[in-house]
Amino acid sequence: MLTIDIEDLGFDSGAHLLVKHALGKIPEGSQILVKGSSAEWAGQLRAWCRMTGHSFAVADEGMLVTKSAGNASAIFSGRSDPGSPDAVLDRPPACLGLAARGAQVEAGSPEFDFRLKEKIEVWSENAADLYAQSVAAQWDPGKSIDWNIAFDLPDEIEDAVSQVMTYLIENENAALVVPARFLGTLHPHFREVQAVLAMQIADEARHIEVFTTRLRMKGREPALSSAGGQASLKTLLDESDFSVAGFLLSVLGEGTFVSLLHFLHEHAPDPVTRQIAKLAARDEARHVAFGMGHLLARLESEPEFRHRLAIAVGERHDVLSTTSGLNTEVFDALILLAAGSLEPAAIASGFAKVQELMRDMHAGRYARLLRLGFGPEEAGRLASLHTRNFM
Amino acid sequence: MTMVMGAVAYAPKVVTIWEGFKEYFRKNGFDFDFVLYSNYERQVEAQFSGEIDIAWNSPLAWVRAEKMAKARGLQVKSVAMRDTDLDLSSVLVARNDSGIGEISSLRGKRIGFGAIDSPPATLIPKDHMRAEGLVSGRDFAAVGFDVLGGKHGDHIGGERDAAQALISGEIDAAWMIDGNYLAFSKEGTIPSGSTRIIGRTGLYDHCNFTTSPDSKMDEVDRFVELLLGMQWEDPEVRPLLELEGLRKWLPGRDSGYALLERAVEDEKFYGENGEILIADYRY
Ligand SMILES: [Fe+2]
Ligand SMILES: [Fe+2]
Repeated sequence: MLTIDIEDLGFDSGAHLLVKHALGKIPEGSQILVKGSSAEWAGQLRAWCRMTGHSFAVADEGMLVTKSAGNASAIFSGRSDPGSPDAVLDRPPACLGLAARGAQVEAGSPEFDFRLKEKIEVWSENAADLYAQSVAAQWDPGKSIDWNIAFDLPDEIEDAVSQVMTYLIENENAALVVPARFLGTLHPHFREVQAVLAMQIADEARHIEVFTTRLRMKGREPALSSAGGQASLKTLLDESDFSVAGFLLSVLGEGTFVSLLHFLHEHAPDPVTRQIAKLAARDEARHVAFGMGHLLARLESEPEFRHRLAIAVGERHDVLSTTSGLNTEVFDALILLAAGSLEPAAIASGFAKVQELMRDMHAGRYARLLRLGFGPEEAGRLASLHTRNFM
Repeated sequence: MTMVMGAVAYAPKVVTIWEGFKEYFRKNGFDFDFVLYSNYERQVEAQFSGEIDIAWNSPLAWVRAEKMAKARGLQVKSVAMRDTDLDLSSVLVARNDSGIGEISSLRGKRIGFGAIDSPPATLIPKDHMRAEGLVSGRDFAAVGFDVLGGKHGDHIGGERDAAQALISGEIDAAWMIDGNYLAFSKEGTIPSGSTRIIGRTGLYDHCNFTTSPDSKMDEVDRFVELLLGMQWEDPEVRPLLELEGLRKWLPGRDSGYALLERAVEDEKFYGENGEILIADYRY
């Protein structure tokens, strides 16, 4: 029989730990012999046993403790190591709640109402990698951008920059709010997805910060926010399915945004705008990669979900058909940015560049839709139906 | 017929507990309801007026119910108890720095007790000291904590107040249930190593389900069967057991009340017929 000596340690000073650990080593129904020398230790051991459900008996050489049936049975909650084959459950029970994945979750834990609770609804095999990349790629706006560099743009060009920044900020707000809403309803069992969304939200907050700072650099206030633009973004917030929202926001919207940011990186009239566009584009590429990863996984096990996606694009197009889409102010501002001046020759060049941007955006959407398994014809049709607001 | 149980509302959680039990019983096809009393005296009396079929009684309420039954030529039975109701003892705790080493050195000192009607923190300890030759008021000053009368010391607060008074030096020693001594150590009310146990009562039992004289035994049997069937592992039942402070229900016994019966007589708490004798008892 296992014998332990708690010596002169009292139960007012932690003696129960020694007893508990000894009981941990033996099966239920077996006994340990406890010896001790502090005053009143045996009576206190009896009280501890009564309160913890173990039985207690007096023996010649000490006190006998018989281990009771253990705690409520634990519920399997997967494994912490995402590489393990049974790491992530297809349908983690609601009562796993906030527990670490892989924890021994006691039966009787409360049920949490996480709406996103099925692996197929949220999972992407590249989530863990994208999270790691995202952590490594975080940048500090104060250090990564040369805010002190001297430049001066003509007033009308600076106005155009303000208009484009105003537009970017409201789009970033949508890109922040959509994953944030899903994050709050995501079962924490899907830790890697949770982490990706959390980083994505932080990225968007940073984008909002740098676009706002650029906008205010030359003393401007934000310019026009159009009804059509907001109507387009609102449809993203109204989408309640994680996969559909990811398709509309990340695959089509943020994908298109990457083209826009590349355009700004290349053609913006000032070095600060070019820098922030470059850094934001890198972040957006990860957001697109997560959306693609998730949809590829979902479509692989549920190919018919492709119809749902196609319908969603069509519905969004119908809802927005009465709106103007991209506001003219933004479109014109992009031309001015690329032109750099109001000289007719410059405008012609800016206009051509924006046309090229439109073709580039369309080609990007088309390529991603092909990768998701849409046929060329349908991919072309859906790429064209995408909102004229870009996001 | 609906089986009606009485319980004393000594804390708000009592409502949660018995609503949960009611739900559990009803789910198992057993017609059950409960009535809450503000004190055990009225609850025991209700057992004899036919208001309730069974009562969740404190040990003192059990002693009174037994006396009342005997005086009337009737019978009440203890039919179920918590695993945590068996073999308790109370301990007398003193500060290490007080120089008090044993009960006899408490002559002329201030000693903390619980409510006037608390078996573990007043009645059994006073009886224990009387047996050691120390009588309250004559040999030491008794300081009562928790003035909630009629709840029979169910509320842990009085014992905690006494423990705090002990640590702050207001009193020289304090009585409490042995398990509460552990609990107060764990929560830090009693700093580790600052106190020692200088006295301990014998073993006694705590609460039980007491039948009323005219309760129907087939209903009682079904009630007990369902109680004993409650599993700690059952997620629906588990929270109720945790709230009520047990891991499993056990069949009742009446062998653990001798110390309290002696204390009730020595302290002249109840008379032979279960009438209340003690003065200054407000409930
Ligand atoms: Fe962004
Ligand atoms: Fe984004």
